[in-house]
Amino acid sequence: MSSAGQMKTHATKVRLRPTARDGKWEHTTSTAPDKETSVRTPHVAGNLRHQGALRNTSNPAADVPVTIIKPTVGWGRLKLNELWEFRELVFFFIWRDIKVRYKQTVLGAAWAILQPLLTMIVFSIFFGRLGRIPSDGVPYPLFALGGLVPWLFFMNGLSHGANSLIENERLIKKVFFPRMVAPISSVLSGLVDLAVAFCLIVVAMIYYEVAPPPQVILVPAFILLEVVAVTGVALWLSALNVQYRDVRYIVPFLGYLWLFTSPIAYPTSLLSANWQLVYAINPMVGVVEGMRWALLGAGNPPVGIFVVSSLVAVGMLVSGAFFFRRVERNFADVA
Amino acid sequence: MSGYAISVSDLSKKYQIRGPKTAHAYSTLRDTISNGVKAPFRRIRQIVRGERVSASQNSESFWALDGVTFDIRPGEIIGLVGRNGAGKSTLLKILSRIVEPTRGQAEIHGRIGSLLEIGTGFHPELTGRENIYLYGALLGMRHREIERKYDEIVAFAEIERFLDTPVKHYSSGMYMRLAFAVAAHLETEILFVDEVLAVGDGRFQRKCMAKMEDVGHQGRTVIFVSHNMAAVTRLCPRAILLEKGRIRDDGPAHEVVGRYLSSGLACGAVRTWDDPARAPGGDVARLRAVRVETIDGAIAETFDMAEPICIAMEFDVIKGGEILLPHFHLMTSDGIHAFTSIDIDPNWRRRPRPPGRYISRMTIPGNMLSEGTMFVEAALITIEPLTTQFHVTEVVAFHVTESYRVECARGDWEGEMGGVVRPMLPWTTQYRPLNAGVNEPISSTTPVSGSRTFA
Repeated sequence: MSSAGQMKTHATKVRLRPTARDGKWEHTTSTAPDKETSVRTPHVAGNLRHQGALRNTSNPAADVPVTIIKPTVGWGRLKLNELWEFRELVFFFIWRDIKVRYKQTVLGAAWAILQPLLTMIVFSIFFGRLGRIPSDGVPYPLFALGGLVPWLFFMNGLSHGANSLIENERLIKKVFFPRMVAPISSVLSGLVDLAVAFCLIVVAMIYYEVAPPPQVILVPAFILLEVVAVTGVALWLSALNVQYRDVRYIVPFLGYLWLFTSPIAYPTSLLSANWQLVYAINPMVGVVEGMRWALLGAGNPPVGIFVVSSLVAVGMLVSGAFFFRRVERNFADVA
Repeated sequence: MSGYAISVSDLSKKYQIRGPKTAHAYSTLRDTISNGVKAPFRRIRQIVRGERVSASQNSESFWALDGVTFDIRPGEIIGLVGRNGAGKSTLLKILSRIVEPTRGQAEIHGRIGSLLEIGTGFHPELTGRENIYLYGALLGMRHREIERKYDEIVAFAEIERFLDTPVKHYSSGMYMRLAFAVAAHLETEILFVDEVLAVGDGRFQRKCMAKMEDVGHQGRTVIFVSHNMAAVTRLCPRAILLEKGRIRDDGPAHEVVGRYLSSGLACGAVRTWDDPARAPGGDVARLRAVRVETIDGAIAETFDMAEPICIAMEFDVIKGGEILLPHFHLMTSDGIHAFTSIDIDPNWRRRPRPPGRYISRMTIPGNMLSEGTMFVEAALITIEPLTTQFHVTEVVAFHVTESYRVECARGDWEGEMGGVVRPMLPWTTQYRPLNAGVNEPISSTTPVSGSRTFA
């Protein structure tokens, strides 16, 4: 234990070997100039290292990053550059989520088809057949599918995103990474399911002989709007969820409310033009209306709705990001 | 700007403890009602502002880290020592950017690699190969970097055959080996390591130790937290001793560790209280010393697994006539309660003790504990009424290692065993040739043949 002091007196190479019996270090001197196995005494070695290191600092490498750690005051910055640096981790988290989901479930990717398919059948029977709800001139099953596919992506992103920090609790306590990576990758991992579910829409369009209109090229814009909206909600909910586990109970309830206040089972055209703009404060209105218009040619171009929904979605994303940053500093202490 | 890799000034961290102590001290009914009415609004306001809302506003606080200031030059290797709760982990968490300090500042020059708990981030459903990439990315390695190091990592972990097996099927040793292998190949200028060497079997621990020495020779800056003082003096030229969130000592490692061990703060093999007035206990009894000894009574800190370990507590009985139950709790470094043993010496059982000096000695037979560090809690209770006279946590500690030189529970198996205990139990094997008649008796071997037992 205290042998370091004595070791300094050894002029020749000193080899240290732990002996199990008493925990002390055994000294064996070797005359062979074996650089690999020789270990300098800790104290002397330390001094040598310092000299080497000081040489280093006289010629500082330009790419050495400097990290300043201090308490954040007020709202803080978004630090998007940090998030960009960890973009590979976002990819790995998405990849992990998808792999694990498909490994653990029996039906795997089939779920992405079955969920919208079965819901579409139920909706078609009750809302389409029995409720006789109008469907903007497209067959009701196709109309429902056009709303359900984006809706399921939204709902999955909302619930996975809200739980993302809780599920990664151990990581948050032990590993540093921009915490936003967790909700963002939870939301984005749903894009794979969305892509699979889109195949269902394509099949349904072929079945009902509905040709895609020219504005189909705008579909990615509406998907982007949806990603923005759901990420904003996920940032808010996940950050709140760390401190207030009430969120866990709020999420399914929120899902119900949001489903019925979004034009999934019914068209927005039931409302008057002015009320439609108010209705569009729910960003899912813009997403679903836009998607149906771009994909199925249903209704008129929802320009006003799209503008209102986009503004709200961007607002939620920005406010969510700032709120997340604000409470993020407590996550490891509270989680 | 300075020539420092890490420069820390006045770093402090306050934690809130919710305590019922102050909750009802000076509150009136009026306050309670008005608080009850105002509370929801105040909470919503706090939520929106992002402040932390605690269930009780009356919470105590304590400083886990209190005005810590030090500088580390590039290439220095620092051992951070101190008792559990001294603030070592909090300091590493702040420097790793996992938690924010309450006060003060730290400046770090270089990429930071942080191994606070090895293997966190592994996903049990993913294979070894997939986890290497995932864990590497978590630690901040670039995809290219992992790819370049991949073969080296696999070779170091010695798990070539199990690369495509989900890690949930790994033994804890394989899991740890893989995790350490990825972590050890991090190429950051700054590295924080918390108790990593406490993993795996003796052989792998030595391999980790060698790897850590390598890291030291590469001129990287390392802060290394360990309870193993031998490892600290071996790896680190300089050590910092933390106590109750403050720096108590800073200097050459062997000096700091030496002073630490003799100060009574360290959890070593011996702990004594020379001043009876300040010894743990009260009017009935006071603890005077706790020692870890070999079977021959020599103080020892490290034991071979096959060796018996004796733990003795020396205490004074001041007020006679009580029936005493001296006992030890043994805890692993992970905080797992291994076992509790109570003094059942028939001579003093159920017998009131006259005043005087007593030494209660417990012997743990060889081949009982698994390898690792064990922390001892010494306690004494009196019955009727049941009263704790003293209970000292982390009073002494000892290490159990494996030399592989003598017969032990592992037999011919060389890999990881795991577990808190590793008893050598008698086994028998029954055998009947396949073509033997059903009625023929199955022969049995005697358990003692071919194996030696240890006293």
